[in-house]
Amino acid sequence: METLSGLAMGFGNALTLANLGWALLGCFLGTAIGVLPGLGPALTIALLLPITFSVSATGAFILFCGIFYGAMYGGSTTSILLNTPGESGSIITALEGARMAKNGRAGPALVTAAIGSFVAGTVGTLGIAFLGPVVVELALQLGPAEYFSLMVLCFVTVSAVLGGSALRGLTSLFFGLLLGLVGIDLQTGQPRLTFGIPELLDGVNVVLVAVALFAVGETLHLAWRHAEGKAEVRPVGRIWMSRGDWRRSFWPWMRGAGLGFPFGVMPAGGSEMPTMLSYYAERKLATPEAQKEFGTTGAIEGVAGPEAANNAAAAGVLVPMLTLGLPTSATAAIMLSAFQSYGIQPGPLLFTTQAELVWTLIASLFVANVMLVVLNLPLVGLWASILKIPQPQLYAGILVFATIGTYGISNSVVDLILLYGIGIVAMFMRRFDFPVAPVIIGMILGPMAEQAMRQALTISQGDWTTFVTRPVSLAILVVALLALLGPRLYGAWLRRVAA
Amino acid sequence: MSIRRRTIIAAAAGLSATAAMSGPAAAQQRFPSMFVFVPAGPGGGWDGLGRAIEQASRAAGLVGSFQFENVGGAGGTVGLPRFVSQRRGRGDAIMIGGAVMVGAVITNRTPVGLKDVTPIARMTTEPGVIVVPANSDFRTLADFTNALRANPGAVAIGGGSAGGIDHITLGLMLKLLGRNAREGSYVAFAGGGPAQAAILGAQVRAGISGVSEFAEQIRAGRMRALATTGETRSLDGVPTLRESGMDIVIGNWRGVFGAPGISAAQRQALTDWMTTLHATPQWREIVQRQGWDDAFLTGAAFEQFLARDQADTEQVLRDIGLAS
Repeated sequence: METLSGLAMGFGNALTLANLGWALLGCFLGTAIGVLPGLGPALTIALLLPITFSVSATGAFILFCGIFYGAMYGGSTTSILLNTPGESGSIITALEGARMAKNGRAGPALVTAAIGSFVAGTVGTLGIAFLGPVVVELALQLGPAEYFSLMVLCFVTVSAVLGGSALRGLTSLFFGLLLGLVGIDLQTGQPRLTFGIPELLDGVNVVLVAVALFAVGETLHLAWRHAEGKAEVRPVGRIWMSRGDWRRSFWPWMRGAGLGFPFGVMPAGGSEMPTMLSYYAERKLATPEAQKEFGTTGAIEGVAGPEAANNAAAAGVLVPMLTLGLPTSATAAIMLSAFQSYGIQPGPLLFTTQAELVWTLIASLFVANVMLVVLNLPLVGLWASILKIPQPQLYAGILVFATIGTYGISNSVVDLILLYGIGIVAMFMRRFDFPVAPVIIGMILGPMAEQAMRQALTISQGDWTTFVTRPVSLAILVVALLALLGPRLYGAWLRRVAA
Repeated sequence: MSIRRRTIIAAAAGLSATAAMSGPAAAQQRFPSMFVFVPAGPGGGWDGLGRAIEQASRAAGLVGSFQFENVGGAGGTVGLPRFVSQRRGRGDAIMIGGAVMVGAVITNRTPVGLKDVTPIARMTTEPGVIVVPANSDFRTLADFTNALRANPGAVAIGGGSAGGIDHITLGLMLKLLGRNAREGSYVAFAGGGPAQAAILGAQVRAGISGVSEFAEQIRAGRMRALATTGETRSLDGVPTLRESGMDIVIGNWRGVFGAPGISAAQRQALTDWMTTLHATPQWREIVQRQGWDDAFLTGAAFEQFLARDQADTEQVLRDIGLAS
């Protein structure tokens, strides 16, 4: 009941004209920066921090949350249309989304992403309001050992994107692991594979690699093919989702939201793991006809699930920030410093000392969600018609766009050299049928798994049994084992029954 | 005693501020424009100091216009060479830097270091704090140090990246306890959030970080502070390391540096600007609002401090095995 009265008060505050204005501005800005690779919500909010000197706390946080949610929407648009993920949470969306766009189904892909984001954002925001404090206490019980086991589970599910040839898929995966090793090792402070280049000390940016692999690699590959005389015109196709699309999207939205929210709440969860797990789950759970579309013409389940997971995770990140004052992502860390410049100390006491602000914030998250879907749905037709641009011009545009966005990450020429270097590698990978998605997955999961494993081993004083003596860690490892062996054993059993 | 001393300092600062405000010199613009180089991304501590200098200088009319450049990465060692090569001999440029950079230059073995820029002033500092989860067996610092002395490997301690100030603090403590800095079981986390989560969830037995990182959790009773690392107490009722019998004073100081190759007069102009700025009420108001500790130091005193800090840091990093 306390929650409901709090929410009612929050909506009362959020639905004033000024606050709606801030929400609209935030959503608009957020969508715009989500579209550009490199310009993430963290950087944008950091640049807007000076406005906290002249705007009320409520107004500023409504603006920041609009930017945060909006960036998740914008990121998926470019993933689908241009195969250029704007931020790390929408990398998985590009896998099926870009294939759908190529096959004349850009409209339904964009619509399912937008509605899925809305559904998951709403589920996530409800989660903040009703479950937040409980979930975060549970999440704190997870230590490095559990995180390592979770990443083992993710590695197992990666097999779904390895493609037809295991050798090619694993080669790609190891290339990703190699890229992930670059930079200063967190546990020992030693530089690895940096070759004396200071720009490499902080590692290679994962969004840069995604843009290089997906956008630059594809563009170069296309230019190469084009020179051989083959050109194709892409159909735009129907814009709205068909009845079948709705049916196929509904459960992926729900499952994605259910996966994403708890990962967002976990202090070391993030949006990458749940999007991968959601993709794997949808691929396994899809009907046989739909399974044929995965990796070929693009399956709508593969867009709906990960997009929902991404947005629910984004909502989840706000839980530890609001209930414990724990910043678990770069964006949350900067929002915390904004709280501090108002003299508000976010922490375990925030819900009691600043109840009005917190509930207004939660209410405005609902408002932002509605606003984003209203802003984005009518634009789907407009966005999709980008594909009518003749291919040479379209791809030239993508290249310019990718270059500007990458330079924006750190104003560094080294990053541009990396972008085109990895892009050329990706061009050859496409030419010789190596899948590019495992590179990204190796690069994200590799360093996370390594750090979690070494943290766990430092804590246990080098005792490897820590991974199986902690019950949660053991349970996750068992699930991973089932995911690895289950389908094979089931298949063997079916064959035996048939025989 | 300490209260009285503080009042005197405040009164003196107040006096000089009023004198500066009423005198014609203060209203005079010292620089028509100033270039501020921040070797870290927007939103962090160095960026915060740079923007605070801008805000207070504008309010006091000391500088006409400001231009900022942020080049982040690797504890400032990515940005530092760029500042050194692009601003050589320019009297209208400053760089923000601090304790983190001292360590990063040593561990990253970069050819360009703080020796290549001109020290102007140390502005602020933030002491560290040693905390344990609320339900920990360690009630006092002595409980904690006894356990450390007996078996350092069994006491996992969480903090920021390896070789950073948190890690150095632990190294200094182990050394005083007659142990090798390398024996510590230090778990590095990427950023304050994951480290806090590990301490709150009792995944590690203790944590070390800046006071502001943990202050709210301590206030809410979810973490217990055993000691702070500053000259004077930073939290009510929590002793400093020195009061607890460990002669360690360490803090995350931040300051201002000039370009290499500037003349003595240009250097003096920058020092005078910082001295005037430091005396303004606007500056004191910002320092208080941000919860920073004033650590103003200029000229030869700052240079001596810097030399000592570099030597100490290098020694500990060598003990840990991070410097050759």
